[in-house]
Amino acid sequence: MPGGTGLLKGLTVTFGTMLHRSVTKQYPDVKPELAPRTRGVIALMEENCTVCMLCSRECPDWCIYIDSHKETVPPKEPGARARTRNMLDRFAIDFALCMYCGICIEVCPFDALFWSPEFEYSEYDIRELTHEMDRLREWMYTVPAPPALDPDGEEPAEVAAAAKAEPTFVEAAGFSAAPALAAAPPPAPLAQATAEPAAAAATAPAPIAESGSDAAAKPAASEPDHDIGEVQVDQATYDEAIAAGLPDRVARAKAKSAWVKKARKGLL
Amino acid sequence: MSDVLDSYAFELTLRIVCVLLVFLTVPLVVGQMEHKAMAHMQSRLGPMYAGGFHGWAQLVADGVKFLQKEDVVPTNADKWVFKLAPAVSLLPPMFVLVVIPVGPDLVSQDLDIGLFYALAISSISVLGMLMAAWSSANKFSLLGGIRGAAQLIAYELPLVLCAASAVMLAGTMSLTGIVEAWEWWWLPVQAVGLFIFFTASVAELNRPPFDMPVADSEIIFGHMTEYTGLRFALFLLTEYAGIVVAGGLITAMFLGGWRGPFWDVVQIGEVYPLGILYTLLKVLAIAFVVIWLRVTYPRLREDQLQKFCWKALIPLSLVQVVLTGFVTVVK
Repeated sequence: MPGGTGLLKGLTVTFGTMLHRSVTKQYPDVKPELAPRTRGVIALMEENCTVCMLCSRECPDWCIYIDSHKETVPPKEPGARARTRNMLDRFAIDFALCMYCGICIEVCPFDALFWSPEFEYSEYDIRELTHEMDRLREWMYTVPAPPALDPDGEEPAEVAAAAKAEPTFVEAAGFSAAPALAAAPPPAPLAQATAEPAAAAATAPAPIAESGSDAAAKPAASEPDHDIGEVQVDQATYDEAIAAGLPDRVARAKAKSAWVKKARKGLL
Repeated sequence: MSDVLDSYAFELTLRIVCVLLVFLTVPLVVGQMEHKAMAHMQSRLGPMYAGGFHGWAQLVADGVKFLQKEDVVPTNADKWVFKLAPAVSLLPPMFVLVVIPVGPDLVSQDLDIGLFYALAISSISVLGMLMAAWSSANKFSLLGGIRGAAQLIAYELPLVLCAASAVMLAGTMSLTGIVEAWEWWWLPVQAVGLFIFFTASVAELNRPPFDMPVADSEIIFGHMTEYTGLRFALFLLTEYAGIVVAGGLITAMFLGGWRGPFWDVVQIGEVYPLGILYTLLKVLAIAFVVIWLRVTYPRLREDQLQKFCWKALIPLSLVQVVLTGFVTVVK
C-alpha cells in the first residue's frame, strides 16, 4: 500500500505535537517578553524637535501631523539681528495609518523620534488612535537607553569640542576628556541630550529658551533635563494611574512625565 | 415503597433517564476532548476561560450562545421539513444507545436483534441530512446532502459486512450476547474488521477526512449551510452523539465491551463499576482516534472517497467475512 508510511508518519507528528508544550502565550494574563528594542510605538522627544517637517514629509502614510508658529527671539547682544524660531504647537501621529516603517525615526536629524517598546495603546475608536504630543512625550520615558559607546572608540567630536570649551562640565556630565568614555550609559533622554549638543538645544522650544541665551561655547548647559537632574517618579500620579488600572510601565512613564513637568515649573 | 421500585413503570423511567443522561453528557465530553486534543495537536491551548479551569464549560457556553441566536428559516425553504430535519438527525443516535451494554444485564434494553436494530436505526440519520439538504432551497445544501447520501450508501456495505463478521463469531445479534461470547483471540482475527468498521463509521459520520458532504471550503457547510442557532447546534450534537454511538458499537463488537483486567472484582448489586469504566474508556479512546484522524489528514476528494470504499474497504471486508467463516468452522 503506497503512502501507508506517510499516513503513519502524519499520525506520529500530530500525536508528538500533542505531547509537547503548546507555544501559545496567554497574552493578557501573561505579558510577552519583548526584545528591548521592540518597535512598539514612536515616541517624541518634544524638546529636540525643530519643526523641520522631515519626518512628516518622508512618512509614506502621511500620518504625522505637525503645527507650528514662528516666534521672534530678541537679539542676543545689542545691535544684533532678532532671530525667528519655530515653535511646535502640535505633533500627532495617527497610529491607525502608521505602518511602523520607522522612516520618520531614521530621517529625524535632531534625535527627536525614537522607537519605544510600549505596545498596549489600542483604542475603541479609530479616531482616538491619533496620539498627540503629550502622549508621545510620555512614551519617551519607556525608550531604552542607547547602547554604550565603544570604550576604545574615538571620542565624539561634540564631546571633544565641549571639553575644550568647558572641561569641568563635560566631566560632570559623565564624560571624561580621556578617550576611555563613560562605562555605564546614562538613561535615554538624558544621554541623548548630553551627547547631542548645541544644534538641538539651541532651537528647542519654550522651556529652555531662557537658558539658550548663553554663548554657543556653553553647549550642553542649555539642556533642561540637565537642570532637573535625574528624572524621578511622581508618586501621586503613579498611584492614580495604577488605581485607574493602567499597566505598571505606562503608569511609571506618566509619573515620570508629571515629575518632569512639575520640576520644570519649579514646583518641587 | 418496594412496590414502586419494582414496578415496570419505575424501571422503564430509570432506563430512559439513564439513556438520556448518557446521551446529553458523553457527547459533550467528546466535544470538549475534541477542543482540547485538537488544540494541543496544533500546539495551541484551546478554550481556557469558560468555567475557570481549562475552559471545561466551553460547550455549555457555546450552547447558551446558540440558544440566544435567531432561528432563521429561509423564505423559500420547505418550512416543516426544514424545522424537523435536525430532530430526525439527532434522535437515531439516542435510540441506538438503548442497546449498547455497559455491563452484563446492564443495558437499557437488550434486544435479540440488537446489532441489526442499531444499524437500521442509525441509517435514519441520513434521512435527516437529506431532509435538511432538500428543504433548505440552497444549492450547497443540496450538493452536500447528495454527497452525504452517496457516501452513506457506499460505506454502509463494509460496515454491515464487518458487523456480520462479529455476529458470525458470537453466534448472536444481541450486543450483550456478543460481549459475553467475546474472547481475546477475536482481536487478531477481527483486526481487519475493526479497522474497516471504524473507518466506515467515521465516513458515515461525515467526519474528516471523510467530510466531503460538509466540505466547508467548497460547499459552505453542506446540509447545515442554512441552519442557525439551536437547530445548527443540534446538528453538531448529532455528530458527537454519532461518535459516541459508533464508539459504543465498536467497543461491544470488537473490543470486548465491559471486559478488562479485574472488571468483575467490584460488584454493587448487579452493577460492575469497573465494567462501566472500561466501556467508557474504550468509547473515549475510539473518540480520541476519530479526533486524531481529523487533525492529521486532509479531506479526501469525492472520487478518492468512493474509490477507497469500493476498491479497498469492500473487498477487504469480504476477506474478513471469509476468514471469520473459516475460524468459526475450525474453532
